[in-house]
Amino acid sequence: MSNYRIQGATGEWEVVIGLEVHAQVTSQSKLFSGADTTFGAEPNTQVSLVDAAMPGMLPVPNAECIRQAVRTGMAIEAQINKYSRFDRKNYFYADLPQGYQISQLYHPIVGEGQILLEKDEKAGIPEDKIIGIERIHVEQDAGKLMHDQHPTMSYVDLNRCGVALMEIVSKADMRSPAEAGAYVRKLRSILRYVGSCDGNMEQGSMRADVNVSVRKPGEELGTRTETKNVNSVRFVMAVIEGEARRQVDLIEDGGTVVQETRLYDPDKHETRSMRSKEDAHDYRYFPDPDLLPVNLEDDFLEECRASLPELPDAKRTRYIEELGLSEYNAAVLTAEVETFARFETLLGITAKHLGKPESELATTVANWSMSTAPGVVKSLGDEANLEYATAEAQAAILGMQGAGDISGGQAKEIYEIVLKTGRDPEEIADTEGLKQVSDTGAIEAAIDEILANNEDKVEQYKGGKDKLFGFFVGQTMKAMKGQANPQVVNQILKDKLG
Amino acid sequence: MTELTNLGVAAIRDGVASGEFTAREVAEAFNANVAAAADLNAFIVTTPDAALEAADKVDADRAAGKDLGSMAGVPIGMKDLFATKGVQTTAASHILEGFTPQYESTVSQNLWDAGAGMLGKLNLDQFAMGSSNETSYFGNVTSPWRKPDGSNTPMSPGGSSGGSSTAVAARLAPAATGTDTGGSIRQPAAFTGITGVKPTYGRCSRWGVVAFASSLDQAGPMAHDVRDCAIMLGAMAGFDPKDSTSLDLPVPDWEANLNSDMKGKKVGIPKEYRMDGTDAEILKSWDDGIAWLKDAGAEIVDISLPHTKYALPAYYIIAPAEASSNLARYDGVRYGLRDLPDGAGLQDMYAETRAAGFGDEVKRRVLIGTYVLSAGFYDAYYNQAQKVRALVAQDFENAWNECDVILAPTTPTASFGLGSLSDDPLTMYLNDVFAVPASLAGLPAMSVPCGVNSDGLPLGLQVVGKAFDEQGVMNAGLAIEERAGFTAKPEKWW
Repeated sequence: MSNYRIQGATGEWEVVIGLEVHAQVTSQSKLFSGADTTFGAEPNTQVSLVDAAMPGMLPVPNAECIRQAVRTGMAIEAQINKYSRFDRKNYFYADLPQGYQISQLYHPIVGEGQILLEKDEKAGIPEDKIIGIERIHVEQDAGKLMHDQHPTMSYVDLNRCGVALMEIVSKADMRSPAEAGAYVRKLRSILRYVGSCDGNMEQGSMRADVNVSVRKPGEELGTRTETKNVNSVRFVMAVIEGEARRQVDLIEDGGTVVQETRLYDPDKHETRSMRSKEDAHDYRYFPDPDLLPVNLEDDFLEECRASLPELPDAKRTRYIEELGLSEYNAAVLTAEVETFARFETLLGITAKHLGKPESELATTVANWSMSTAPGVVKSLGDEANLEYATAEAQAAILGMQGAGDISGGQAKEIYEIVLKTGRDPEEIADTEGLKQVSDTGAIEAAIDEILANNEDKVEQYKGGKDKLFGFFVGQTMKAMKGQANPQVVNQILKDKLG
Repeated sequence: MTELTNLGVAAIRDGVASGEFTAREVAEAFNANVAAAADLNAFIVTTPDAALEAADKVDADRAAGKDLGSMAGVPIGMKDLFATKGVQTTAASHILEGFTPQYESTVSQNLWDAGAGMLGKLNLDQFAMGSSNETSYFGNVTSPWRKPDGSNTPMSPGGSSGGSSTAVAARLAPAATGTDTGGSIRQPAAFTGITGVKPTYGRCSRWGVVAFASSLDQAGPMAHDVRDCAIMLGAMAGFDPKDSTSLDLPVPDWEANLNSDMKGKKVGIPKEYRMDGTDAEILKSWDDGIAWLKDAGAEIVDISLPHTKYALPAYYIIAPAEASSNLARYDGVRYGLRDLPDGAGLQDMYAETRAAGFGDEVKRRVLIGTYVLSAGFYDAYYNQAQKVRALVAQDFENAWNECDVILAPTTPTASFGLGSLSDDPLTMYLNDVFAVPASLAGLPAMSVPCGVNSDGLPLGLQVVGKAFDEQGVMNAGLAIEERAGFTAKPEKWW
């Protein structure tokens, strides 16, 4: 249970949150036309006759968009509706050439599902929590009005018009900005794993409508407001904080929350009213007579299921249970597609190099890719050429380290040189003298000399002053110019000191 | 030489193919008739050059020994609901006046590919909404038929394909395209003594046809006889991946399979179509039809289509509902009329543009459609109407257990004088009472001329068939045609 509370004059308030996330479906062409969907093209260069709603034009469903919605539904363990249908949502606006948006009101393609938020105390999630998904439906995006092109007119760009969106509607299960933030991040992660949406919030590929209401804990739900088109996790959280505060203040001042649509102003960090329920459109939804119902065949569903990759929750569990990673490492590595992809590639090559099972190397590789490698990159700043940060080069370094040929410190130094020059790590280790000595003869000779020169300390150690062991190690490493394999040093010292 | 403009599709095709006359001669003859028929107002735009160009291509192909298409050398009229590339396409509305598509509808393209040429764009009821061709922004179409009572009352050619029916009946074109949403091919065909076929929903692509009511709109041929319709429908029909509701079925060779022998066929006579107030002469023509089909070898069976009386009200909810949405795109933003008063905002532009651009009947239906889809009324009207629609379709399904085709009148009356029903939209809507059930069920249906009434005005009989059985419908139509001996022609007064 979230313990997030708004402190009001009359006591504590609980906030109740539901999110409707619009995720742009990754596809070459639009939901009902063959026009391109590439982001950032010149205005009105990606507009088909259908998108412009020329007389007599008809929509033809893009099977890939249907497929991606189904795969997304499967990824959130949702019910897939074998029968679904498109409806028209009728309203007039200049960015909506048809005068209606083709959407799915009555029979969405995906029914109830769920998303797990893992416990993350630092992020304000005290325990694992499941957020219910009400539905996912597929619909067309609208175009875009440009108000800065002409002193008295608005221009219309229809490039985005007709692009496929999935509207992913959560249940009102969230109780804090932190949960909402974690939900959006987790949803984004799942979409990117599945490949159904690039999750790029800056380009508008993911936008959230945020439903917020407040109540005294345990009481009936309050009236909710909906803040439209919020386009970052940070803003989603800010909207909830601000809107909950506004509602509490309003109620405590004797006012009533009105059911309304609001807009978020990221510059002022506040929401303002867009239209109230009374001005709400009557969208006159009805089944689109230009389109047949969507009937999904079993073969198609099987193909969708088979095409799903390992998903974040399953991957995290596998990392912990099979690779022996810590919960923290597993959570960080599985959050983003790029992160786990880098990790898995590196782990695979390293294991091959060393001929060892992945489970034996996973923690080392995880630490390297989560902390050591990024640390080196950061310390080099502009000097680092990330083109040289290949999995092969990193695997070679980890391989040398795993074989005991180089120390952790040397691994870092070699990686620095790799990033600056692109040279081969093994060649660097050889020519720059960045190799540790595992030759027991040389180490033994050095130890013998140190023990002979420090007889008093040897006596003290044998007399029980265990801490002096570190002194002997330090002296040995110093004598070996830091290039001795510490494990070998430890072993020989232990043998000699008895 | 034969009067070329008296010929139909088959005769022109065959004459051109055999070299009896050239396609150019045919096009020139019809172009001349079109040019001389301005009084009928059947065309919104004439395209004589397009007709000649298509004809010359056919003549050249023939000279080169190439295979000729099924409509080779046949000039036709194109209802101005079909988008024609480079030629103004208006749906007979002011809001689309001056709109020139950069694309060609699938059906018209199919016809050009089969060797047909275009004489012009035919007038119609605005957005195909009307049963008398009095709602066109470009003026009424006048039927070539007149009562022989000397009154010279201008008569309705029916609607919405009134330009098409007049053009064929007045021999301005040997054939024309029509579209039928709730009778718009069959009723005008009946009013003007020609033959018209509405195929199964989905036979002809709707791509590029200005939409009225998407779940009902179907294109079809209008011509002098059954054979001509069979030829032309064969050229128009076919699967079109650009129309999701298009039927993915092969197009049969309807012409080759025409057969008026009705032996072994059962013809259903629906008792519910004997409505109070139906014109006695209409009922008489129905009895004639029954006798002819019996004579052709058919067995006549009485059937019941119990939900018939609910079909028309349901139609006048569903069609306007879809239309109200389909017509939302005419907003003044991208093409067509824009009425932008000084200082006006977007909402004002919409209001002014649509107020000026749509005619009264269109506005009436947009309002009805908007109303029946509104929150709180949707279930009571639209959903209820959809249930009725399902029941009407089920009536037909049940009937097919007892018969192969159904015979009924096409219309409850013969043509009426232009203006006589203008103030009475409900009576006007009743014109479609016999036509609408087949539309709601998506079934193939046709009107075939069966005689003239005591006013000298033509009457039509309607044949309705099973889904995809255009052949059965046209075969029954042919059996009627052969026996009706309909040879009446309007006397030229224009």
